[in-house]
This record gives sequence, C-alpha cells and structure tokens, in this order.
Amino acid sequence: MITLNVNGKMHEVDADPATPLLYVLRNDLKLNGAKFGCGLGQCGACTVMVDGEAVYSCLTPILLLQGRSIKTLEGLGTAERPGPLQQAFIDEQAAQCGYCIPGMIMRAQALLERNPSPSDEQIRTHMNAGLCRCGTHMRILRAVHRASKTMQGAIPGAKRA
Amino acid sequence: MNAKASSGGFGRQTSGPGLRLSRREFVAGAGALVVSFALLPRLAAAQAAQEPRAPALPGSLKDTPMLDAWIRVDADGTITVFTGKVEFGQGIKTALVQLAAEELVVGPARIRLITADTSRTPNEGYTAGSNSMKDSGTAIMNAAGQVREMLVGMAASRFNVPADSLVVEDGRVRAADGRNVAYAELVAGQSLHITAQPQSRLRDPKTRTVFGKALPRLDIPAKVTGAVAYVQDLRLPNMAHARVVRPPSYGARLKSLDSSAAEKMPGVVKVVRDGSFLAVVAEGEYQAIGAMRSLGRGATWDETATLSPKTDLYAELQSLPHDDYQIRGDASASAKAWSVESSYRRPYQMHGAIGPSCAVALYDGGKLTVGTHSQGVYPLKGAITEMLRLPPESVRCIHMEGSGCYGHNAADDAAADAALIAVAIPGRPVRVQWMREHEHLWEPFGSAMLTSAKATLDAQGTITDWQFDVWSGTHSSRPGQAGNLAAAWLLQSPFALPTPKPIPQPEGGGDRNAVPLYDIANTRVVHHFIPKMPLRVSALRSLGAYMNVFSIESFMDELSVAAKLDPVTFRLRHLKDTRAQDVIRLAAERFGWNAFQQRESGKHLGRGFAFARYKNLGAYAAVAMEVDVDRESGRIDVVRVVAAVDSGDVVNPDGIRNQIEGGIVQSLSWSLYESVAFDDTRVTSRDWSSYPIMRFASVPQSLDVHIIERPGTPFLGTGEAAQGPAAAALANALASAVGVRIRELPLTSKRVKAAIGV
Amino acid sequence: MKHARPWKIILALIGAFAAAIAITWTMGRHTSFASAGSPPPGTDASYDQTLVAKGAWLAAIGNCNTCHTASNGRTFAGGRPLSTPFGTIYATNITPDRETGIGSWSPSDFLRAMHQGVDRDGRDLYPAFPYDHFTHVADEDVNAIYAFLMTRDPVRAKTPANRILVPRPAISIWKALYLKPGPLAPDAAHDANWNRGRYLVDGLAHCGGCHTPRNALGAEKEREDLAGGTVEGWRAPALNEASPAPSLWTAEQLVAYLRTGFDAAHGTAAGAMAPVAHNLSTVPEAEVNAIAVYVAARMAASAGARATAAGNAPDAQGAAGGQRSARGDDVPPADTPQAKDGDAIYRTACADCHDGGRRGIALGYSSSMTDTTPANLIRVTLDGIHPREGEKGEVMPAFRGALDDTQLASLIAFLRARFSDAPPWQDIGGEVAKAKRERESEDRKPS
Repeated sequence: MITLNVNGKMHEVDADPATPLLYVLRNDLKLNGAKFGCGLGQCGACTVMVDGEAVYSCLTPILLLQGRSIKTLEGLGTAERPGPLQQAFIDEQAAQCGYCIPGMIMRAQALLERNPSPSDEQIRTHMNAGLCRCGTHMRILRAVHRASKTMQGAIPGAKRA
Repeated sequence: MNAKASSGGFGRQTSGPGLRLSRREFVAGAGALVVSFALLPRLAAAQAAQEPRAPALPGSLKDTPMLDAWIRVDADGTITVFTGKVEFGQGIKTALVQLAAEELVVGPARIRLITADTSRTPNEGYTAGSNSMKDSGTAIMNAAGQVREMLVGMAASRFNVPADSLVVEDGRVRAADGRNVAYAELVAGQSLHITAQPQSRLRDPKTRTVFGKALPRLDIPAKVTGAVAYVQDLRLPNMAHARVVRPPSYGARLKSLDSSAAEKMPGVVKVVRDGSFLAVVAEGEYQAIGAMRSLGRGATWDETATLSPKTDLYAELQSLPHDDYQIRGDASASAKAWSVESSYRRPYQMHGAIGPSCAVALYDGGKLTVGTHSQGVYPLKGAITEMLRLPPESVRCIHMEGSGCYGHNAADDAAADAALIAVAIPGRPVRVQWMREHEHLWEPFGSAMLTSAKATLDAQGTITDWQFDVWSGTHSSRPGQAGNLAAAWLLQSPFALPTPKPIPQPEGGGDRNAVPLYDIANTRVVHHFIPKMPLRVSALRSLGAYMNVFSIESFMDELSVAAKLDPVTFRLRHLKDTRAQDVIRLAAERFGWNAFQQRESGKHLGRGFAFARYKNLGAYAAVAMEVDVDRESGRIDVVRVVAAVDSGDVVNPDGIRNQIEGGIVQSLSWSLYESVAFDDTRVTSRDWSSYPIMRFASVPQSLDVHIIERPGTPFLGTGEAAQGPAAAALANALASAVGVRIRELPLTSKRVKAAIGV
Repeated sequence: MKHARPWKIILALIGAFAAAIAITWTMGRHTSFASAGSPPPGTDASYDQTLVAKGAWLAAIGNCNTCHTASNGRTFAGGRPLSTPFGTIYATNITPDRETGIGSWSPSDFLRAMHQGVDRDGRDLYPAFPYDHFTHVADEDVNAIYAFLMTRDPVRAKTPANRILVPRPAISIWKALYLKPGPLAPDAAHDANWNRGRYLVDGLAHCGGCHTPRNALGAEKEREDLAGGTVEGWRAPALNEASPAPSLWTAEQLVAYLRTGFDAAHGTAAGAMAPVAHNLSTVPEAEVNAIAVYVAARMAASAGARATAAGNAPDAQGAAGGQRSARGDDVPPADTPQAKDGDAIYRTACADCHDGGRRGIALGYSSSMTDTTPANLIRVTLDGIHPREGEKGEVMPAFRGALDDTQLASLIAFLRARFSDAPPWQDIGGEVAKAKRERESEDRKPS
C-alpha cells in the first residue's frame, strides 16, 4: 500500500510500487487529465506536478512519491470554476484535439508558479518539452501569457513560492 | 453554453430515432408526401413537382433522406441532432450545433449532438476530405430548416392562423396575438419520419444569431478540466486491459511462442493468439504492459520484408509497376521546348498522432460493440464484420474522440485488435491501447511521391504549355474491407491487403490538386498510380495535395523568375477565378508583400508566397511567409506567416482560423523535419527521438489568418486547405532569402546548408 | 632567523612589486596595428573557395562557433559568457564586421592572435581563448580559417565588457610561464595519421582545454595532459591512461562517437561535448579518423583497454543492472522498498530503458559510472539528453522533478556500486546541490 497525496487529498493505493504514476492516476484514481502519449518521456502529454516541478508521470514510479505533493489538472479547477490557466486556455480557444493540452497546462503551471511573468522566450523554452501535433502552439503560447497576466492581477504584489 | 455532446457509452439502450409512426403516417404508408403536404403548405409548390424517385437532396440527405434520422425533438424540449461525422479537434461538433441552433432558432445549449454510431446516426462514410460541412453541415442545416418549417406549419394548424404570421423564437412558435407553443408540445405523439425536400427555406443570413459567430468550442471546457472526453478515458465495469505484441516488420510470421512466463505474471487473464496475431489481457494496465514485454521476449518471428533503404527512393518509385491515368489533356505531347523543367520529391511522412490509437470492445450475447476513434465507423463495422465473420446486425461501432488523427492512422487497427480480443473473452469489456512504437511503425504513412513539372512561357511571360506528372502510391487503404486491417493480415486465416484503386478525379488521391487551377491553354497532367508500395500507405491530411501544391507553387515561382515577374503578379495574371484572386490579394496586402525589406544586419530574410484551391473545388487559401535563414547552419527560422482563406459560408470563424493555423504549423513541421526512415527489413522511425517534429522553439513568431466570408454560398471545408501552400511558401521564401531552390522535402538544415555551401 | 628592520622589508617588497609591474607592462606592450592602414577583408570572390572550404572544417574542428556564439545570437557574433575562476569573460565577435568584429584585421593580425594571444590593438588576450593550443596550428591552416571567417556574414554586435578580476597586463606573466609558442615537432615513432591526430588534438581541437586539469593560475598542468578536467560543471574525462571508460575505445568507435555523438558501447556526447560532436559531423572523416587514432592510442593503456584485452569488459548482458527474476524481467524487491532504496529506484525508474541497452546505453558501459566524480551522471539524470532541434538522436528524459534530492543521491550511490568497481563517491549530496544550483529550468533547451 502506498499513500499518495494528489491535489491535497490522501489516497491509499494498492498497486505495484513500480507502477508509473500515470496508470495509478488514470486507473486507480480515475483522473483523466494526465494522458498516455508515449510512455517514454518524449512528448509531455502525461505531465503533472510533483513538489512544484513538472514531471513525466509516465516514467515516475509511485515508489518515489510517498510523502510528496502531486498536483494534476483536476487540482487546478473544475468546469464550473476553472483555474486561471484553464480559463486562459478556454478564452484563447487553445485546443484543437486537446489531447496534449492537460500536459501543456501542467507544464505552464509549474513555470508560472516559479516565474509569474515570464518572457515569450522563457515560455517557449520552458514549454519546449511538450509536443503538439495539431499545431496549436500559437494559441498555447497566448494562453500562457494570458494566464500570467491574470494570475498577477489576481494577487498583485504577492510573492510566489 | 453546454450543449451536451455525445459520449456514446455502452449499455444505453436505444431504439433508434423516431420509430413511432402516428396513425396518420402509418395509414399514408409510402405516402409520406401526403402527410408532409398537409403539414407544410409552404412547400406545397415544390412538392407538386415531386417525382417518386429520390430527388437531389442537399448534402448527405441524398443518402439519408428521412428527417428524423437527423433531428429529434424530445418531450423535455431537448433537440437531438445526429451526424455521421466525427469530432477530432476540427470543431465540427460545435459548428453543426451552431447550424442546427440557427435553423431551429434555439440556443445552442438546447441541442444534443450525437456523432457517428452505426446504431443511431446516418452513415456518412468517413470524416475526411474536408467534406464534413459540405455533407453533414448542409444536411443538418437543411433538415433543421425543414423541421422548423414543419413545426411552424403544425402551429399554424393548431392556432388556425396563416403560417406567415407566426414567429419562431427560442424553441417556441408564437402567434401575433401572443398564443405560443413549444416544439415539444407540437410534436408530441408525432414522428418526423418524413422525407426531406430538395429545397429548404433557410434563415436569412442577415438575421443570423449564432451561425457565423465564433461560438466557443463546446468540447474545450471538459478537455481542460479533466472530464471524460476521449475513448482513452472510457472506463467500463469489469474492463480488462490488453496489449498486442506486434510483429517486428511487414509480413513477419510468428514462428514460435513460449507464453509460459507471461501467463504467470500477476493480473494476466489470458494470452490470445490467432496465427501471428498475439495479445495479452490483464486486469491492470501496467500489468498488461509488463506481460506484453514478457510475451514479446517469448516470441520468435520469421521476417520476410525487404525494404531498400540504400536505393534512391525516388528512382525506386519510378521503377515500381504503375498504372498511368491521363487526368487532363491528351497524351499527344508535341515536342516542346520547355522554358523550365523541374522535379520535386517527398518522402514517406507519418500522421504521428500524439495519442496512440485506442479502442474498447465488448462481445456479449453474440453482440459486438466497439468504442473507437475511427474516422469511419460504418466502413469499420463492415471490415470487422468481415474479419470476424459475424452477422452485420451484431456489430456496432460507436465513435468516441481520440487525439487528432490527420487521416487514416491506426485507429481502425486498434478497433480490430479490440474486437478480436473481445471475442476471445466474451462478456468482458477490453481496452486496447497501442504503444508509441506500434503507432509509429505500423500506422499507414503518407505515400512517398515524385513530381515533374514542365512549362513554356511566351514572350509576354504567359504560360502556354504545361505538363505535370505525379508518381504516387495509394492515398486510401481505409477499411471497408477486412484486408485493410493490420490485425487481419496476421490471422491464421488471413485477409490480404486489397489492391487499391485510385480515387477518381475531381477529388483524386495522389493526383489531388495535380491539375493547376491556373488558366493555361495547354495543360497535360498524368497520374502514375503505384498500387503496391513497399511501406504501408494511406490517407494523410490533404492526400496528394500537399505535395502537388508544393510542386506546382514552387514551380510557379521558378516560372515567375524566368518571366521576370513578381510571383504574386504572375499568379494573378493566370487566374480568372475572382475568389482566387481575392485571397491572393488579401494575403499579399496583409503581409505587406510589396513593402518587404530584405536587409537586416547578419540576417538572410526572404519572402515566399503560395496559393491553392483545395481539390480545385474546396477552400481557397493563400499563404505569405517571411523567413530568416542562418547561413552557417542552414536553419530556416519562420518569422511570420500571413494566410487568407475563403471557405464559403462561415459557421464559426474561429474554427476556421484554428484549422488554418494548425494546418500551417503542421505543414511546417512536415516540410522542415519529417521523413520516415527504414532499414533493410523494418521502419526505424519508432518514436519522437527518431522522428522529430516541430517544437515550440521553432514555431513562427506570428501567424495571422484572414477570412473572406461568403454568406449563403456552399461550404467549402477548411481542414486541408493550408498544407500545400504553406510548404511551397516556405520553399519560395528560402529561395528568396539565400538564392537556393530546394525541391526535395523536407527542407532540413543539412539539406539547406549543403545547397548554400560554405 | 635574524630579524631585518621591518621598513627595509617593506621597501624591498615595494621595489620588487614595482619592478614586476614594470616588467609586466613592458612585456605586455605589443605593437598595435589599429592605426596602420590594413587591407580591408576581401570579398567572398577574392578568396579561393577551396581554401574557404578547408577553413570551414578547420574552424569546426576548432569549435569556434561554440564559444563565439551567444545563445540566440548569430553565429560567430560573440557575446557568450564564459565563467572562469577569475570572473566572466565574453567571447568576442569574430564576424568580419569592421566596427564590432574582426573585419579590419589583416591575415597577420589574425595569425598573431592565434599564435601569440595578442589582438589587433596590441592587447594581450585572456587565455580563455586557447592560444596556448592554437599556437601549434600551422600558418597555412590559420590562413584558411582566416579566409573562412572573412567570408562570413558581418554582424554588428558589440561584445559586452568582461567582468574579470585579473588585470590584462598580468597576462604577460602567465604567458611567460605557460605559453610555449610554435609548432609541435612530429613524432617519428608514429605514422602520419597519428601525427595529424596529435596536431589536431593539441592544436585546433584544443581537447586539453577541457580534458586537462588546470593549476591555480588557470593553466593546464603540463605533465597531466588529457588527464581529465571540468567545464561548466561537466566532467571532461581523462583521455589518457587514466581514462575511466570500462572498456576499450577503438578508433572506429571514437570516430562514430565523434561524428554522430553516440557509441553503443560507450555512451552519448552530452553536455559540453554535444556541440563538439555536432561540429565534427561536418568535418571530413579522414580528419576525425586522425583525431580518433591519436586519442585511442593515448587511452591504449587504460584499465578499460586492459579489461577488454583480458575478456573482462562488460558486455550488453553484463552491463545490465538489477537481477532478472525467474519470470525473465526485472522486478522490484518483493516487500515494499524504501523510497530511497537506490536499487528499487533503479529497477522501477531506469531499468525499463537502460537494462540491457533497450534504449540508451547499458549502464555498465558508461564512464559516467567509473569517473572520479558523479558530476556527469547527476547532470544527465537531472536534465536528460536531447538532440538538437529537428534532429534525430537519443533522448533521455529529465528526472529533475521526479526524484527528490535524497532519492537522487541514493540512486547515484547505487549506480556507482552496481556498475563499477571503483570506490564510492564522496559527498554526492553536495554535488547534487551544486548541479541543481547551476540549472534553473527543469527542461533544458536542446543545445
């Protein structure tokens, strides 16, 4: 039994400790955000946050995650009350098939939590690990910019962890 | 704005649309016309001329003429709309809801859209060819309009007032004196099992409230907040997980198998083998993956494939047996002194969907149900039925979204795998997820192609003669037949890949867009169709149009140089089609074509232009591009792109913009980086490390799309209009920047540097 | 000892100090050609194209573009900061721009810079520019490089001012001590190819610039040539008999590694070595072969070479980690393992790819395991390995966020124990902290 802290909630998971987090999230915890794209750490569709850093959930065995803080797309907000990044992606209509988008959002969240007003160059560099095949890149970049403005406006002058 | 879109779960009983006939209709029997005559006085005139044979109905109504196949009004006021098309990120769900909402005069939230399901929706073949708006959009728009008119007619009868005096508003029909009635009340006890009419009274484009608006996509909120949205998210009670052990190469046969180790692994339910088809089922997904690896280690294969990586791919293409089709002009090419001759090359390229294919299947009580992201659930159903030798009525294929597929990828194959495995574990749903390597290695690729262009210019710089040849494999090996399913090749009683036939003009396959839209006195075009290709090939977004437009539009630039004319001017001179001229002028103007400055310290800036009308029937697209070429590395940096597009009547302008942006970025990725690699026996582009695609570091600084709207005109589609022009604009911009003309895709840094030299 | 009067000592010291300054100042005075009318650089057409082409590959061997290009800057336009123990120095603009580059430099100006470390204005150049190696390059090769540089695009880009603690005049002392100008004499005991290799390695390729340890004054330790060094946090392993490679490097393997960045029996050219391999991929194979022959010869007496000769070197199976269960695949330990158990971490996070070299290399082959410091292993684990944009190449994902510092340290210690016979590394935690401080983002942009 491994205890995982996902989006602030503790879960007892009865799975082989070697199981990558992705499968536990999707199959044990029924969370849809993180997606299987390659299982190789090459595309970023599975990206979640662990202790504030963007992480490939397809390659991270749950063995490593006891006592650590996992955040997924579902932890950013809901359809009724989307978080700033989710709202920004909706506002910019930053999706075509949408399959890569949860991973993009989590990767962007990790950036914005560390650097609330990144430059265009910094966003491009940071997001580079995420692949999009539909060609939604321009909108994704606009959405991240938009979210950074929203998040700064929401808490003016606040120091980010 | 929450119009519920279909998720197509299993186990929901459905009796199909509109099976209850009112007594009146039943009595009328085949005389549905009689009923409609009574209910639709406004259409009486059209009906008087009615022929007993099926008239020319708009869009897909011609194949599915009954109105209740498309529209159903439920007692609670929900309006259910059925489409045989599918969503894969192109925004079709939203656009169809907008169309129905506009014609039915209800808010989009009242519409519930059901997408392709072989038990519930019309059969509209494949969602492909950029035909969804033309086929399904037109059908739904007209069906909705006719249903609205019918409801108005019913209200007129009920209120005993002239139909013209009634106003329709938000699902209610209102009389001048204030009496009003809801749709649901009007149709209570009635069915809409009525044949559609060839003509519809559609809403005046000037009064549109939702048609033509950038309504936010209905599916995006769910996708960004983690709701169930894809077939990959489908979870059914007692569902098992399966993985297939794929052969190492085309034609490989399973020689021996020791499955004992795999069978002993935790959670393993069953090892499934039929001939060389090999799969393992487990309780847990990760268990299935481990078992797949173990099973793979216990398998030995006889490989027979012989690919020829060291041969010149393009010389090989020309030497393979081919059938020649003269698709324009006659074969008697007089000996010409050509002013310019060039040939162009395109390697195999792949779809490379971010989400590898997935399917869920259940075989229970003799009935097989498959949840799939196939682009064509009806043809898939046919293929699976044939493969499993089941009675057709026992197979149902329901579409659920997958990731973007961009054509015929492995979606149908995953469905076939799931079907085979489901039959082996009856009563239990099974989910098959393809691995990344399987998708890369086994999906059907976009065919390698070779083209040759020759033209003669007169003294004024006008093209007088034009000869274009294209060599290509098939661009369609979609199911239909069991032999188009990869699993079926492996069975103990296998199905052979059927010999493909070319898609006829005017749509074309490898010859799609091979005939230039330009007005040229003597045009000859030959399509050299290669039925048997060494690699598996089928439809990749825009089919042959990507390469043919790349070739033709590169060639037009080469001709414009010979004619000493500006490339935009040169194109305009050869076009009478005013809509073509409009997109060209708009793109050039918004780009600042004439004001372009090429000087900046240390940079090699260039501008490129290209235009095409997809299939010469579809959307018009012009693309202008600015690049900066690094002379030392050969890297092309795409600085900015400006596109203009005319898709006819516009349902959702943002949807069009999104598709064109995406099409351009995807085409830039193909054109800068992509080519499938293989060795003597197998494909070696097995993942993103061995088949790199565009990343954020390389997308343009800016990309703007300008739309020319043509209200009231036919829908022309959008999804495949930009690929060809983007590729040619890139090559033309490269030539402008550093004076080198590269005719072989992709335009990699290495290739560019080699052309530039030291 | 007898105490001299303090004021006499002070006086003597001042005198000595003044003398030193005077000597330094004198030695540091070189002729400036800045005011001399020097010929403008030729146009492209005036340089022989064969010479320019040769200069191109020689410049690639010299790796000029790596130092003299800023990230997101134009090639050769300078501006890249180089950290040294003495401060930060900015590589200069070597495009033929007349104001901000070397556009007004004559061939002899360029030759003086390469051979003596003096610029056109007569100033000493900081030896971050490795003229202690370039001094061995033949005149004709320098001239080819000159022709190549003069035919590049001029880029207007002013080099930022250095932030370096050592005053320029002090360089002359350094040169007096460490610069051995002039060509190397061929070694008659070896064939032409070996000699060409040594000529390139010690000269243009300046491999010792990274691969040789340096003394307190920042000079390469002469008697420890190619005994290993550090560059930007990465360990440049020894390329002599102290090579940590667990198996023999043949010349063929080295050629493949240097030209493609990968050899299945040794690993990937990662970190600071990646651009070197990229440049060498554009160089005629014969030149790379010469380099490989020489370096292979220098490593011929290493422990790995001896292991291969004795049949003890790891093979793909032996290089595999973990134990295979009766089921034939890796299993994590049966009872719930400690999250910081390096063995468990390896088997659940790494073995899937690395075991038996399924993807990337079998770890028993890697000199990252056997070298004197875990620096490379830590950095590769944290940030992964990525090919250049649009190019095919091995991908190792970054594990920076997946592993916390304790887990990473446990994993590193385990890997050392499992894949080498060398003694455990000291202070892995400190090395992890150091590596993490150097990198800000978890995903490195491809170089």
